[in-house]
Amino acid sequence: MKLPIYMDNHATTPVDPRVFEVMKPYFTEHFGNAASRNHSFGWEAEEAVEKARKQIAELIGAAAKEIVFTSGATESNNLALKGAAEMYAEKGNHIITVATEHKAILDTCKHLEKHGIRVTYLPVKQDGLVDLDMLRDAITDKTILISVMYANNEIGVIQPVTEIGKIAHERGVLFHSDAVQAVGKVPVNVLKDNIDIMSLTAHKLYGPKGVGALYVRRKSPRVQLAAQMDGGGHERGMRSGTLNVPGIAGFGEACEIARREMPEESARLRALRDKLRAKLESELDQVYINGTMESRLPHNLNISFAYVEGESLLMGINDVAVSSGSACTSATLEPSYVLKALGAGDDLAHSSIRFGLGRFNTEEEVDYVGDKVVDVVKKLRELSPLYEMAKEGIDLTKVAWTAH
Amino acid sequence: MAYSNKVLDHYNHPRNVGSLDKNDPNVGTGMVGAPECGDVMKLQVRVNPETGIIEEAKFKTFGCGSAIASSSLATEWLHGKSVDEALAIKNTDIVNELSLPPVKIHCSVLAEDAIKAAIADYKKKAGTKSDSVAAQ
Repeated sequence: MKLPIYMDNHATTPVDPRVFEVMKPYFTEHFGNAASRNHSFGWEAEEAVEKARKQIAELIGAAAKEIVFTSGATESNNLALKGAAEMYAEKGNHIITVATEHKAILDTCKHLEKHGIRVTYLPVKQDGLVDLDMLRDAITDKTILISVMYANNEIGVIQPVTEIGKIAHERGVLFHSDAVQAVGKVPVNVLKDNIDIMSLTAHKLYGPKGVGALYVRRKSPRVQLAAQMDGGGHERGMRSGTLNVPGIAGFGEACEIARREMPEESARLRALRDKLRAKLESELDQVYINGTMESRLPHNLNISFAYVEGESLLMGINDVAVSSGSACTSATLEPSYVLKALGAGDDLAHSSIRFGLGRFNTEEEVDYVGDKVVDVVKKLRELSPLYEMAKEGIDLTKVAWTAH
Repeated sequence: MAYSNKVLDHYNHPRNVGSLDKNDPNVGTGMVGAPECGDVMKLQVRVNPETGIIEEAKFKTFGCGSAIASSSLATEWLHGKSVDEALAIKNTDIVNELSLPPVKIHCSVLAEDAIKAAIADYKKKAGTKSDSVAAQ
């Protein structure tokens, strides 16, 4: 077993060596511009791009022509929201989204609010899922778009997208989903799931960084988006810019591998995740799973160890790469807004660890991580005045703390 | 974030972890911070009433590695100091000793607050004691 162990696969994944092999020739030998229509260099590049487009479309039940390449999911999300707001401005000016969305959605919405768009940020239930009745009630005749992520990047909960899409379509509203955490991990089908626009990225499914895609539905309904970048009119006029051919070729291969191996891989990761959970829950008291386990990515575990601060826990398991919702680990010094949205209290957000298992994790690694976390949590609880107080039966919510 | 060797040392080998009897009249207890802010420090001193010297200091901390190191270091420094010397410990001394980065300065502030709170608690108890003596 090699240290350090990488278990932060929601942040990014390594490029699968098989993907890298496919990419290589497009850096050097077949370096052509996919938009060059009059020589073989261009044709080779275009062929690679069109093959990838098919592979990606196939993974999500779309048609190849419905895939628009971008630089990544942040750009895809910006294009989806800003492009729809601009294109459908005559129809309305209201967007509905959710408090636990990724910043690429929330900050884009904040931007749109400065330009006359009204945005509703739905809260989530304690299990992390959207309340469908609240969603129904939020729709007005000015609503043009509902944007709800497929699966959450912190707590891994899978939203009821099929129902959300159905509700949207009943009211003639478009449905966008940021599906970067779900695609390649669980079956995603834009037709069955009633999705009109969907954001994807390669680096979350063992492809390279810097390449993403936006699925844009072509019929029933035909979705149109106003381009957010001016230029050569590539990608059906929705996204100008020379295509990242090696990246796209890798993205395609990554999707092909994911489609082929998903059943086996997700079963394996689910078993490992459940083993890790069982270990932590059996050997430690006062651990809390954040978000529902009923509707969740198979490789995600987000868990709070009460009375232990997340960053100090990460310090104790410094040969394991995971992440924490603790304020001390964030650039803003605020604890995770996703965990806060679950209403569990800031203290549990500070105590949370996100485990993101991936294709290259082994059972041996999971056992090592489980043992290590148990040891460090026990050690830190010996150091924790809160654990001591709780053991004495003091209700910590009733203490007059000196907030600073 | 990279931690200094001294922070790592205190994190891996925290000094003077534990609790003193908070009902002991010679023990001062300071508890600062809040769980929802991500750090709580409990720092206790046992003062010799004859000499006014801190003979024992203990801590427990819920917080990041720098908060643990700051309070661990504080207990080390408190040993053998008089109450007045203890009050002269500044958060900047802790910052310098542990090479804390700017985002961790609040940990040292919290440690200074904990020292002051513990001494204040001791003084309050000692004051009550002498008042009651005077009243007799």
